[in-house]
Amino acid sequence: MIHIPVLRWGEPYKSLDVDKVVHFATGEPLAEVGRANAGLVERDLRHAGRARDVLREIPITDLLERVKKAADLYTNAELPLGDSTQTPDQFVRMQSATTGLPEHMCRFNMTKNHFVLNQMDKILEALTRGLDLGVLSRGYGMERGVPISYQAQSPVLGLVLPSNSPGVHTLWLPIIPMQIGLVLKPGPQEPWTPYRMTQAFIQAGVPRQAIAIYPGLGDVGAAVLAHCPRNLIFGSSATVEQYKGNPRVQAHGPGFSKILLGDDMVDQWAKYLDLMVDSVLVNSGRGCINCSGIWASRHTKEIAEALAERMGPVQPLPPEDPKAALAAFTVPGQADAISADIDRDLKEPGTHDMTAKFGPRLVKKEHCDYLRPTVILCDSPTLAIAKKEYMFPFVTVVQCPQDKMLASIGPTLVCTAITEDKKFQRALIDATHIDRLNIGPIPTIKLNWLQPHEGNIVDFLFRARAFQFEGPLPE
Amino acid sequence: MSANADAIRQARERLDAHVREIVQWHFNPDTGTPFWLERAKSFKFNPLKDVQTFDDLKLFGFFEDEWLRGGPVRRWVPKALQHKPTYVFETGGTTGIPKSRVVQDDFRIDYEMFSDTLPEKYFPKGANWLMLGPSGPRRLRLAVEHLCQYRGGICFCVDLDPRWVVKLIKKGWMEHLKAYQEHVIDQAITILSANHEIKCMFTTPKLLDALAARLDKEGSSIAQQGITGIFCGGTEMTAQWVRFAIEELLGPNVYIAPTYGNTLMGLAAAEMPKAEDNYKITYYAPQPRAVVQVVDFKDYNKVVDYGQTGRVMLTTLTKEFFVPRFAERDEGEREPPSAKYPWDGVSGVRPFREFAATTTVGVY
Repeated sequence: MIHIPVLRWGEPYKSLDVDKVVHFATGEPLAEVGRANAGLVERDLRHAGRARDVLREIPITDLLERVKKAADLYTNAELPLGDSTQTPDQFVRMQSATTGLPEHMCRFNMTKNHFVLNQMDKILEALTRGLDLGVLSRGYGMERGVPISYQAQSPVLGLVLPSNSPGVHTLWLPIIPMQIGLVLKPGPQEPWTPYRMTQAFIQAGVPRQAIAIYPGLGDVGAAVLAHCPRNLIFGSSATVEQYKGNPRVQAHGPGFSKILLGDDMVDQWAKYLDLMVDSVLVNSGRGCINCSGIWASRHTKEIAEALAERMGPVQPLPPEDPKAALAAFTVPGQADAISADIDRDLKEPGTHDMTAKFGPRLVKKEHCDYLRPTVILCDSPTLAIAKKEYMFPFVTVVQCPQDKMLASIGPTLVCTAITEDKKFQRALIDATHIDRLNIGPIPTIKLNWLQPHEGNIVDFLFRARAFQFEGPLPE
Repeated sequence: MSANADAIRQARERLDAHVREIVQWHFNPDTGTPFWLERAKSFKFNPLKDVQTFDDLKLFGFFEDEWLRGGPVRRWVPKALQHKPTYVFETGGTTGIPKSRVVQDDFRIDYEMFSDTLPEKYFPKGANWLMLGPSGPRRLRLAVEHLCQYRGGICFCVDLDPRWVVKLIKKGWMEHLKAYQEHVIDQAITILSANHEIKCMFTTPKLLDALAARLDKEGSSIAQQGITGIFCGGTEMTAQWVRFAIEELLGPNVYIAPTYGNTLMGLAAAEMPKAEDNYKITYYAPQPRAVVQVVDFKDYNKVVDYGQTGRVMLTTLTKEFFVPRFAERDEGEREPPSAKYPWDGVSGVRPFREFAATTTVGVY
């Protein structure tokens, strides 16, 4: 069996404690992953400054080239994996086998990561609004005749990564080119991307001392968060709430992404049915950018029926089937708990399960479970289920007057508003509880990578400050 | 080194004889424990006649630690010992009523026996100690302080309220948790910096991590502070953690003595883990006063085979306290008798899988 070690600033460390990652459908062990301990993380982070030092020895323009090379290696090469190697096909099979995501979705995520790495120069240019990237290295520069300074707030970024959504990895890909080191705590079922990407970076010439990977239990995640000055964590609403207002932690939780149909366009709802289905169903509904709520003032029953007709018949298929649209739940009891939660909410008058007639929602297999697409019609935005989100194709269709929508939708990561009503558009633009705003028929899952996601990562890592100087300065 | 068959047989005979003595004591109407005397009224067997060997303890079924919640606590004190000064040691209690165990001399006897397992080179007689662990009603401080005094030293202590720590974790107040941990480590650093000639300490894995990290930030280390012996316990300790501690926190000149125990049982000792054994920690209970068994998850009457995993079951057999067959909140692997301890041991102790998700482990 492959042993995947802890990586201490690029150096493999074989822990005596290991966790086995198993195939979700067969229970077959695929690899054993070394488990770090919290004290070890804290001790290693004494050397976090060295990660930035070794990266600063390489100009950002060179790092961008190396990252592009890493994109190809990640996508095409046979790369080291612990005491073995891994081809791209093996990567896809392993990631699918442990996360439950169908293989074609894993391949798609791979392509997405490749695209982001390959476009990194443009992404950084966009995120820094055209800043001379040398300013990030030096910490100072001149712009339009004015001295400027961007000061790194941390030599490394800590990441507590999830198991269920390989899509999130795009968020940390721009870090290395900004000469900031990476401290990764992989999700228990998804060690694959952090290891493969790290090996691709190293083979492309990124110094191994810039990256640490600490698989482990909750204490390891807590140690990463406690000892890295800047962190991203992925979790539930409770996680987001726990770190709210903490300047060291950017917490990413459920997106509660939505499609709002304006009164001026709602009569033409059928024109947007494909867009709605894609927004709910793509990537098996696992992403925070998947739509979990469709809001309109009328036609909600017809919309819900049409969505149910399209998604209701979807059945679980084997992960290698290119038509597989559903990801498996590989954590025992998780699917049961979600399904039971939905059933509880359905007892509230005014909620209607539009997909019930297509068969049971919960499909139990020997080693995993599936939840089939679920469309719930809500007669009012005040119903508890109206603002729920789950990590499978689940959507509520909520009847709500347009003038009450913005006050009722709650925090929304991606909002696609299909409207040409200028007054409504203005209100949408000004709504601070909407993060990514699409005005017009744009699927919620369609991202423009040149734009920030849940806050600009550059602003999170670098602080713009006043800086005056006389005389020579260090390069 | 493994134990020979004679030693194992003799240990078993001693255990059976000890079981007879303790059961006679606790169920004798003159000397017995009110709790057990009352309970015996509902037994379908006669403990005084029917319990002749350790295996006969199965007649008692399983001990339920819920019986220890609430009073009157004196029902646990044997009649023959009612006149003696009595302590109460508590466990749990973050919310609700804690479990209480009455103690008179057991903690002294247990810790004196444990003292005999400590190497003089690293735990020198007369050395002063730092007790970097819980204060308050857990009373572990009392036991550690006695150990220190028994070895001729003076023990310095810190204030640490583990119930508050568990509350902080449950509330998600992680900044407060960090601050409280720093408050505890501040106290330890103050004691260590005050020229008290401290050479030995009790601590827990998390607090040792935190103390070593603080000393490292200050350009020092456990060894540089003059500590040569660490008695470590209180929470789960994995082989990986011990290896990390030995290799990276302590160095070659500091001895770590891992222990496994609780308020109900006393203290199970282990040899210093070694690299050649992959730092495996194997605990042996102080038999015949206490017995550790590793039993089948589905049938607690069945001991698992050597090397197999099961739930840890404890039995305490002292004149102060009789606890037959208590299923602990831990699991581990059954280990064969050793030359030093010719009875079963347990390794790889960790939270019992069914409780692991709900168990909150604090700084202590």
